[in-house]
Amino acid sequence: MIKNLSSLFCGILFGLGLVVSQMVNPVKVLAFLDVAGHWDPSLALVMASALVTLGVAYRLIIRRSSPILEYSFHLPDATSIDARLLIGAALFGLGWGLSGFCPGAAIAAISYGRTTEALLFTFAMCVGIWLFRLIHRPTYS
Amino acid sequence: MENFTPYSALAGGALIGLSAALLLLLNGRIAGISGIVGRALPPYPYGDVGWRWFFLAGLLFGPLILRLADGNAANIDIDTPWPILIVAGLLVGYGTGLGNGCTSGHGVCGLARLSPRSAAATVVFMAVAGITVYIVRHWFGAED
Repeated sequence: MIKNLSSLFCGILFGLGLVVSQMVNPVKVLAFLDVAGHWDPSLALVMASALVTLGVAYRLIIRRSSPILEYSFHLPDATSIDARLLIGAALFGLGWGLSGFCPGAAIAAISYGRTTEALLFTFAMCVGIWLFRLIHRPTYS
Repeated sequence: MENFTPYSALAGGALIGLSAALLLLLNGRIAGISGIVGRALPPYPYGDVGWRWFFLAGLLFGPLILRLADGNAANIDIDTPWPILIVAGLLVGYGTGLGNGCTSGHGVCGLARLSPRSAAATVVFMAVAGITVYIVRHWFGAED
């Protein structure tokens, strides 16, 4: 149960970060992606700040033999840069550019005022995930 | 650059980084939202899904706290038509499944771990998203 509570706490922090940084607002995200328009570099600073924070913490955390509440770290072991990765990233980029919603922002927006649109997007996203599972049958090693 | 908000961007980014660091330190997990959603959805017979649903509950609860604390805070604008939102959602779900990550999993967690795979994915989704916005706004003139 403690693992679930720590996870809930991390989710709350993540949601607060999305709102404080305004990345929950698709118009703000699209203004970053629109380099040729009224460019808003905020998203770059959000990423830079998150990267510095996590980058330093990561170096310290992985010195431990295990996380505090689990027996071992669950880190991705895939390293190959293959067609599947690049096509997947491109399709995600297309959807992100059309809507201004990435998965985290869409879920946060459900409880932050734009429930109908964000739920619609999130439901479609879940259908997309199920389609991916149906077609590619991932084993989630 | 009249809409640039550097301080809230830095503060919010630090919160996101802190969240990801704590999830790694405590649970040993990567805070990639598409991965968490993708593995929370049933059927998922490969292990523990409970922590994922709790994380997603937090992701809903955090913004709700701020919204209740400040009634005027929720000023999100969405001017994307519903059919486009649905198509975009399908693409984001399918694409993050195939590419194994999104802005958080590759763009924050992967880059912080200096993963070349995540760097490649981030360059591709950033570039495609930028080109998409350029075409929508400046070719089709959806906005000035």
